[in-house]
Amino acid sequence: MNGGTIATGNSTTPRRRGSWVGERLLGSARGLAFLGLALAEAGLVTALAFIVSFAIFVYPLLLLPPTLRAVRRLANVTRRLSGVWCGVPIPVPYRASAERGPGGTWRRFGRVSGRLLTEPATWRDLLWMTVDPLAGCLLAIIPITVIGYGVFGVVMPAIWSPIVRAGGNEWYAFIHLTDAFSGALCVPLGIGFIALGLWITPLFLRWYGRLAHSMLAPTKQAALEQQVAHLSESRAEVVDTGAAEIRRIERDLHDGAQARLVAMGMTLSAAEQVLDENPDAARALLLEARDASAKALTELRGLVRGIHPPVLADRGIGEAVRALAMDSPLNVRVTNELSGRPPAPVESAAYFAVSELLANVSKHAGAHQVWVDMRHEHGLLRIDVGDDGRGGADPGRGTGLRGIERRLSAFDGILALSSPPGGPTVATMELPCELSSPKTSSF
Amino acid sequence: MRVVIAEDLFLLRDGLIRMLEAHGFEVAAAVDTGAGLLAAVEEHRPDAAVVDVRLPPTFTDEGLRAALEARHRVPGLPVLVLSQYVEQIYARELLADGSGGVGYLLKDRVFDSAQFAEALRRVAGGGTAMDPEVISRLLARNADDRDLGGLSPREREVLELMAEGRSNAAIAQRMVITERAVAKHTSSIFTKLGLQPSDDDNRRVLAVLAYLGR
Repeated sequence: MNGGTIATGNSTTPRRRGSWVGERLLGSARGLAFLGLALAEAGLVTALAFIVSFAIFVYPLLLLPPTLRAVRRLANVTRRLSGVWCGVPIPVPYRASAERGPGGTWRRFGRVSGRLLTEPATWRDLLWMTVDPLAGCLLAIIPITVIGYGVFGVVMPAIWSPIVRAGGNEWYAFIHLTDAFSGALCVPLGIGFIALGLWITPLFLRWYGRLAHSMLAPTKQAALEQQVAHLSESRAEVVDTGAAEIRRIERDLHDGAQARLVAMGMTLSAAEQVLDENPDAARALLLEARDASAKALTELRGLVRGIHPPVLADRGIGEAVRALAMDSPLNVRVTNELSGRPPAPVESAAYFAVSELLANVSKHAGAHQVWVDMRHEHGLLRIDVGDDGRGGADPGRGTGLRGIERRLSAFDGILALSSPPGGPTVATMELPCELSSPKTSSF
Repeated sequence: MRVVIAEDLFLLRDGLIRMLEAHGFEVAAAVDTGAGLLAAVEEHRPDAAVVDVRLPPTFTDEGLRAALEARHRVPGLPVLVLSQYVEQIYARELLADGSGGVGYLLKDRVFDSAQFAEALRRVAGGGTAMDPEVISRLLARNADDRDLGGLSPREREVLELMAEGRSNAAIAQRMVITERAVAKHTSSIFTKLGLQPSDDDNRRVLAVLAYLGR
């Protein structure tokens, strides 16, 4: 992924290469591959039928999980090919679940097959594997059949008489093969068939893809379930990070300001004890206590800055990022086109992301010029952080960028990084949110 | 010298009043909101106002905005802004009109009441009092500046104290050197940074701050 782009979601674009005819021929040949898949599907369904009919002997049932897993794998092949070849990408519908677990053969068997059998997508896979060999794959192989029939017509002048003489079929489409002339007539018709076959190839492949999509894609319910699963995962992450943050704050307070206040109290009581007999020592102790209180305040300030930076609270993300830029040793240009403030949690997440990205730039990029652009369009808060440094930032290495991504994902936000070697590096984050109108001054 | 205080926390307000009175200031009014501050400065026309950045009702930068507005309504009103934290962005807003008579200090600075009283007198006299933390952050930001890098450690120390708003006499006392030595350092600093020398303490400080805040 070095120097590449990370972004959530992927898309399959059909590759275009070769001439029109070559491409179509290849497409029709792919129909044959689908036929092959359909045969394998028929085999699997038959195997399942056998397993079920011999279920009375119990042991054949052990074959159920591996067979169902093979069903899954095969269905996934169809899903992938449908995207690449037919231009109809099919998302994988299965619920995520842990494969391993304790227990003996039978307990594991029970768990695994229970999971496979209660998964609605399994049954839809099986429906597809029954329909596809019987009817579905016809859609895929019709083009190549038509083309093949056309080729048969083109070579007809050479082969019609042996066929007819051997008592074979005397007809090519609507042409009655009786003499050389009727054989020659088959040539243009054959060419017509070939052209027709080439023309309908992408059409039929797409229909096939749609048919597969209707059975192999996640149902609305499954899609919702997947979304719910994603949401509970990101919620769990948010809760975890929140809890970890609170623990960190608690520890910082406990080891820092709290401890200093205790020490201050002790110093003050020591000063009180020696106040009468040794005023000089008392004065020294008092000064010590004062220094300790200053240190405690400094620590508390640092802590508050880490929780919620004052300028962010006071003025919102635009000014807060400007303040960041002022404190940064880098030359940072800030462009703020926001007309209002995002909701506080979004604002805070975006601010810390920018802060982290700027820290990254000053640590690694060797940049002279850095720019931060903030704007809101189409219901998205969009922030670009770019630099003219050496580029080649690798999102795979280091936890900083991952951390930012995680934090943003809690708000359905994404981070995309483009950093070719040699620069420039641009990190773009997008967070869906609405802006609230700016507060008007009370003076 | 008469001052107005705007601070919403009772303990701090009380402490400030007591401390300032101990140092010979007269507290004309002590209020707890930005609107209260505006009313008080217009009524009492004090020699200076001491304002906390965070005030009700918004508890954001209400105090800072009130201070700026007060300077707008009573031109030349010296204000000393206090805060639990210092931000360059706010320091710039206070310094923006370039007329001096502003201070921006951490609340911690009240611990040293003599120094705090001196800072307030300076501000009331049209000078500036910038928190050392503002200055050190400005300097950190200019770490790559070649002209600043050319300063000797002694000159750098003088520059920091000068940027905080101290007079030559105060710098001399602080560094335990003669005033003439300080004057020599300052003229050397101004030459090295390419700034217009000036005898006016206040204008000198503003020039240095402008240089650092470029």
